Amino acid sequence: MAVEEPGDDFVAGVTAAGGGAAVGFDAPEPHNPMAGVLDGTEPVPGSAKPDPTLVVDGVVRSFGGLTAVDVDHLEIQRGVITGLIGPNGAGKTTLFNLLTGFDQPQEGSWKFDGKEIGGSSPQKLAAQGIVRTFQLTKALSRLTVLDNMKLGAVNQRGEKFWPALIPALWRNEEKQVEERARALLDRFNMSHMSDEFAGTLSGGQRKLLEMARALMTEPKIVMLDEPMAGVNPALTQSLLHHVKGLREEGMTVIFVEHDMDVVRDISDWVVVMAEGRIIAEGTHASIGENQAVVDAYLGAHHDQDL
Amino acid sequence: MNWGSILDNTLQGMFGINAVLYALLAIGINVQFGYAGLLNFGQVGFMAVGAYDTAIFASTSTNSGPGLNLWLSIALGLAATLVLALMLGLPTLRLRADYLAIVTIAAGEIIRQVINTPELRDWTAGADGITGYNSPFTALNPFEPSELYGFGPLQFRGNELWSILVGWVVVVLVGCLVYLAMRSPWGRVLKAIREDEDAARALGKNAYWYKVQALMLGGFIGGLAGVMSALNFGSAKPNDFLPNITFLAYAALILGGVARVWGPVVGSMMLWALMAFLGTFMRQVANEGYLPEWLLETADTGPVRFMVVGLGLALLMAFRPQGVFGDRNEMMLEDR
Repeated sequence: MAVEEPGDDFVAGVTAAGGGAAVGFDAPEPHNPMAGVLDGTEPVPGSAKPDPTLVVDGVVRSFGGLTAVDVDHLEIQRGVITGLIGPNGAGKTTLFNLLTGFDQPQEGSWKFDGKEIGGSSPQKLAAQGIVRTFQLTKALSRLTVLDNMKLGAVNQRGEKFWPALIPALWRNEEKQVEERARALLDRFNMSHMSDEFAGTLSGGQRKLLEMARALMTEPKIVMLDEPMAGVNPALTQSLLHHVKGLREEGMTVIFVEHDMDVVRDISDWVVVMAEGRIIAEGTHASIGENQAVVDAYLGAHHDQDL
Repeated sequence: MNWGSILDNTLQGMFGINAVLYALLAIGINVQFGYAGLLNFGQVGFMAVGAYDTAIFASTSTNSGPGLNLWLSIALGLAATLVLALMLGLPTLRLRADYLAIVTIAAGEIIRQVINTPELRDWTAGADGITGYNSPFTALNPFEPSELYGFGPLQFRGNELWSILVGWVVVVLVGCLVYLAMRSPWGRVLKAIREDEDAARALGKNAYWYKVQALMLGGFIGGLAGVMSALNFGSAKPNDFLPNITFLAYAALILGGVARVWGPVVGSMMLWALMAFLGTFMRQVANEGYLPEWLLETADTGPVRFMVVGLGLALLMAFRPQGVFGDRNEMMLEDR
């Protein structure tokens, strides 16, 4: 069991309540190097950011008669945590799928660091530094935790068929990959599980594994689809801590979440979607007062007798 | 009851040419199904292409046979299995897994019907099959064709022994190839695709191309089974490539253990030892009248041994679904 150090500003009691190595940690709260960077940004849909890394323009995706996503303009600020919220069916996951190449839109384009990436396949985007996790966690059950991690390293020489047959060609690279994997497992407090099959992990541990595995790709943008869904409160704290750690390391984080406490805790900027459109943007404080958001969640006439 | 001859036959079944051919077929299926999760139900089609292309290119007996060098013909036959894998895989592997299963099971039958068709008699010799091409192979045989070789109860004639020996060498080499491939990062990607294709894609792997590669490698190994069959029998006939061969090869794989490098080899040896044992045993039982004739006649023993093997497989699935080498705990993770 981890012991809390004096001066630790981490919420008291969580380490004790958590138990298990996947939860217990005693690292100090990661600091936010980007704090205040969006203070001058206008809280309106499609507002311009000081240093956007991802720019979406006119993306439309419809399934038959249903327009799942219809986004005119969206900029994602580099190096901050952007929360994507909205009622069920708002198109959040569809937008995720589009941005990561798992789905293709009928119209629209988007740029990553100035480069057009619309229509790219997921594997190309991952190699360029955009990685995602899934709403329904995809642990690779019959691979060990360590193999799950090693898989995350992109462009390995030994992953090509002919070099794969000659271990001498990839043994050194494999060693480096393994070192990196073990370091990450350490950071996520999962080292003791590295030789277990991923299928034996609990739901929360799978979430941790998926996040750690995504980091093996050395991403610039990490997209987390409901990272806290089905995770117990203590582990949620641990996951939040790790997400803030990504920001501290300079990564851009976009996440979909329904838990407003989580959104309030970690997002620097919140984008609200409803019926496929972006209806509001802003800090979580400004979002709470936004009439369009209240209407979207509760219905426009929630306080009137009809 | 002559237990000596039962033992002889069982051992010969275990190491005989059928065990070689099914080991190769099953290794190929293991690459596709065991490691990459692809359902190829037309492995016999790859075998047929390997065998027939070798025979057609090398044959001088059919009207249109070019009579090429045998070794070149083998290379061409194996190359053709790669082309077949591309033809079947490129259109289907972007789709859900079931499409490959449908396409391969159809392709296996189409290939057999095409080589059987009288219109192509000039090339394939129709239902009679092609003969007279493997003299360069038999010429290399260091054994006396009609003499018995072996130790103890395991005896083979010189002419069989040569192709069986070559066959087992090929099996071991292919097994080593699969071993090397599967413990590499390439094999790790295949297994990841088997577990969850989208997760692999999200981590930068081109799942489609890996599946094509797995289909090619497995099909190539199936083609080697065809080549070994053509060399051993000295003929290639349409009825050597019936669809049930694929399913018996699956049985061998499951018996030995899926996703284990030597599982399909041991499974094939066990399957053919069992077939030989049951065949000899039941023939003796029938001949000596231990059972009433309405229950078992000598002529029934061939089909009945398949029934017994089928029952055995059903029991295996119930009590040891992981096969001989498999890991039950690993297997049970599948559905979580």
